[in-house]
Amino acid sequence: MLDQIEKQIRANLDVSHFEIRDDSEMHAGHSGNSSGGGHFTALIVSADFHGLPLLKRHRLVYHALGELMGGSIHAFSMKTLTPDEVDFD
Amino acid sequence: MDMKEEIQKTIDENMVVLYMKGTKEMPMCGFSNAVTQVMNGYSIPYVDVNVLEDPDIRVNLSEISNWPTIPQLFIDGELVGGCDITLELHQSGELKKMLEAAEKKALSKDG
Repeated sequence: MLDQIEKQIRANLDVSHFEIRDDSEMHAGHSGNSSGGGHFTALIVSADFHGLPLLKRHRLVYHALGELMGGSIHAFSMKTLTPDEVDFD
Repeated sequence: MDMKEEIQKTIDENMVVLYMKGTKEMPMCGFSNAVTQVMNGYSIPYVDVNVLEDPDIRVNLSEISNWPTIPQLFIDGELVGGCDITLELHQSGELKKMLEAAEKKALSKDG
């Protein structure tokens, strides 16, 4: 699943850094989660986000994830940065 | 009025609307809870709509907003985003500015 997510995002965006974590177990069976899809948290660094507000950045990622959203993915928490915004401290 | 029109009306006629799982008094999901916690910290009233009450709300809302997940926060008729974006905008101070601008606009309309 993690590989599939990364593959789809890399196919749609020029990604210079990608991290993902599967948080599904933390949320298993909570009342709002009836679909059974996974919970993921990702850090995506891409030059494609340059000049875009957060809403549009997230839209690009959701578009890349396509039908996974609402299917295998129940929740996708993300941090979207351009290479310039990465804090290397 | 069909459900889509009703949702659009709710978004248009209220300064701040939060579509969430559960209610602001009793959120039923961690992401919805996080947004209510942020919003409760501002002295600005907002309307909460519980998408768990009717599965059709969520389907119609996502078609209107073109946004796949819940919660969804709307200010002044525009989608702000979900939990991540709301939290980031809260931390950067941008959310406060957006709320103040919306409040100013609403007051001038009423006046």
